[in-house]
Amino acid sequence: MKNILVIGATSAIAEHCARRWATRGTKLFLVGRNAERLAMIADDLRVRAGSADCIATFVLDANALASHQPMLEAALGFLGQLDGVLIAHGSLPDQQACEASVDMMLAEIANNGVSVIALAARLANVLEAQRSGCLAAIGSVAGDRGRQSNYTYGAAKALVDRFFEGLRNRLAPAGVSVLLIKPGFVDTPMTASFAKGGPLWATPERVAGEIVAAMDSGRQVLYTPWFWRWIMLIIRHIPERIFMRMKL
Amino acid sequence: MHCWGNLDFAAPRKIVRPVSRAAALPSEPLLLARGNGRSYGDVCVNSDGTLIDMRGLDRFIAFDAQQGVLRAEAGVLLADILALIVPHGWFLPVTPGTRFITLGGAIANDVHGKNHHREGTFGRHVRGFELLRSDGQRLQCSPDDNAELFAATVGGLGLTGLMSWAEISLRPIHGPAIYQRQQRFRSLHEFFELNRQAEIESEHAVAWIDCLSANPRGILIAGDHCAGEVSVPSKKTLRVPLTPPFSPVNRATLGAFNQAYFHRPLAQGRVHYAPFFYPLDGILDWNRLYGRAGFFQYQCVLPEGSDALAEILRVIARSGEGSLLAVLKTFGTITSPGLLSFPMPGANLALDFPHRGATSSRLFERLDAVVAAAGGRLYPAKDARMPPALFRSGYPALERFCKFVDPAFSSSFWRRVMEQS
Ligand SMILES: Cc1cc2nc3c(=O)[nH]c(=O)nc-3n(C[C@H](O)[C@H](O)[C@H](O)COP(=O)(O)OP(=O)(O)OC[C@H]3O[C@@H](n4cnc5c(N)ncnc54)[C@H](O)[C@@H]3O)c2cc1C
Ligand SMILES: NC(=O)c1ccc[n+]([C@@H]2O[C@H](COP(=O)([O-])OP(=O)(O)OC[C@H]3O[C@@H](n4cnc5c(N)ncnc54)[C@H](OP(=O)(O)O)[C@@H]3O)[C@@H](O)[C@H]2O)c1
Repeated sequence: MKNILVIGATSAIAEHCARRWATRGTKLFLVGRNAERLAMIADDLRVRAGSADCIATFVLDANALASHQPMLEAALGFLGQLDGVLIAHGSLPDQQACEASVDMMLAEIANNGVSVIALAARLANVLEAQRSGCLAAIGSVAGDRGRQSNYTYGAAKALVDRFFEGLRNRLAPAGVSVLLIKPGFVDTPMTASFAKGGPLWATPERVAGEIVAAMDSGRQVLYTPWFWRWIMLIIRHIPERIFMRMKL
Repeated sequence: MHCWGNLDFAAPRKIVRPVSRAAALPSEPLLLARGNGRSYGDVCVNSDGTLIDMRGLDRFIAFDAQQGVLRAEAGVLLADILALIVPHGWFLPVTPGTRFITLGGAIANDVHGKNHHREGTFGRHVRGFELLRSDGQRLQCSPDDNAELFAATVGGLGLTGLMSWAEISLRPIHGPAIYQRQQRFRSLHEFFELNRQAEIESEHAVAWIDCLSANPRGILIAGDHCAGEVSVPSKKTLRVPLTPPFSPVNRATLGAFNQAYFHRPLAQGRVHYAPFFYPLDGILDWNRLYGRAGFFQYQCVLPEGSDALAEILRVIARSGEGSLLAVLKTFGTITSPGLLSFPMPGANLALDFPHRGATSSRLFERLDAVVAAAGGRLYPAKDARMPPALFRSGYPALERFCKFVDPAFSSSFWRRVMEQS
């Protein structure tokens, strides 16, 4: 992959993907909402790439839907062609706060769900016309089943999941691959308040390595690390009448 | 978060991770930066205080591949620096025996390598850094600007504030190869003879010694960066999977190991830099071999011309305690840049000992007496138990240093040696 667009490039997982791409000489267009941190990440990637001109940045809040098209035009202007897109931004809401405030709940659905499919819808048209490329987004294992502890986040991620299934189906004839990434627990700023450690926690380096490989190979769905595929298989198959009584 | 010696220290009250190098310090007392926790004892421990975990600040800022100057955030690992610079024909000017330490940790302990006789300590190659102080100041420090604070922070054990980034000069190389030579010696006299010659001829020189043998013997290893192809060592590493309840390192296993090691065929020729500088990095978590109680490293430097080294080795041989890793290296005369830098001219000896409670303490007390009488000092990066008096006598610039300690910073080591509760 020679030209990659990363949205939510300040995410720890996305940054580690970008480090891998930069060292293999990929041209990167980085989009994020925090200009200062975006610039620091871009400088780091320029050092790793050994070249200043293969990295460009664009400041965008993904919820500013009207700015998506100008961002996309700038990205295409810089990259020429889109070989890969990674949509990585997201936020992990406090579920109880979302129960107390409908506005907050909807804002989280907008950030983790609506803004992602809005971007994907535009990008799908570009890739379809181009007849190549890989469109990837980071969903979550939380999108596989609604649980009392984080169903707002889970519902937004599930929206992306269904939308990507449909896009995959639509874009397959055009030779475009559509990947949904479902990480488990990853040690990043998003999970700063969690007690960490133990076999279920993965580093962003490890998850990034698997994402880069999955995008290269044209995979459809990636559970990362791999064992989440089996954990979620079991969780999805627990009958609802039992599941609804579980404290999850 | 443990120290490398797996010793039992109380946990920090809180661990914070700065979101970027521009972030402000937490406004609370008892702060301490933590690099990669490769210090053996409590310089990287802050029981009941706040640890600032620097590993997330691991971005490069600028690399001048023409001049060999690198600026990076303080949490970058030396391993990541090497991966970046070696293909461009550059190397670290000074490197310790593991590459899994951070840039900030290398400066705060002013680490040394096998080339001390040529290059001095790591701090001599630091061009500058940014220091965050708890009064909100962000100070640019270099040998010319804020020079006193620079000298206090190099080797300053994290007590003068938080380094957010640093800039170092690199050393040019022809490629990843080292030409190494090994020689056996069967007495200290012979070691000093061979070592003098090796230091004239080679950039790097260090010896492994058999600390159980009544008559000190060992292998002197010298090396130089050289041109030519070498195969890259396999990425595969071994990992010690669990901590045994008690240490398999004892007199019998050690004796057998040392005997075999001393008589193994000597290596000569080109090797990749990784096995030459970092033989232990191939075995992950090797510190677990010392069992659940953990282990101590005793590292001292003894001024030239004293016979304290022979005395230390006699005390250890008689005790029957001792380690797989006994390392002997002479420090040269290049002045260390930090007020509390460990290296000074003389013989530098490092040994690991499994933690055996009172038995270990008695041995260390006897060694301390020899070190103190000789005017030597212990290395804080390896220490978890030195008595306050030995710290004070070993570091005559301590009083000057204290003026630069940030009032909000402290460590378990500092509270211990300064006898603050
Ligand atoms: C196998 C092995 C071999 C070794 N060989 C050598 C050797 O040959 N020579 C040698 O000199 N040492 C050697 N060491 C010791 C090691 O190099 C030092 O302990 C080093 O300082 C560890 O760095 P770290 O990043 O792990 O820092 P830590 O151990 O986490 O911290 C060390 C100190 O640095 C301070 N610090 C860290 N980051 C910052 C920052 N950003 N700002 C301010 N203060 C900071 C901490 O507060 C602490 O006081 C060896 C260690 C091991 C495990
Ligand atoms: N960490 C986990 O355990 C885990 C598990 C499953 C899925 N995921 C998903 O993985 C992705 C990456 O997260 P991470 O773990 O790498 O955490 P992270 O480092 O906190 O990254 C999340 C990033 O998204 C950015 N962002 C949020 N809303 C944005 C918006 N509206 N516009 C632009 N950028 C926005 C944030 O920017 P700011 O820094 O500016 O806030 C932040 O950099 C997310 O989609 C997350 O849901 C994570």
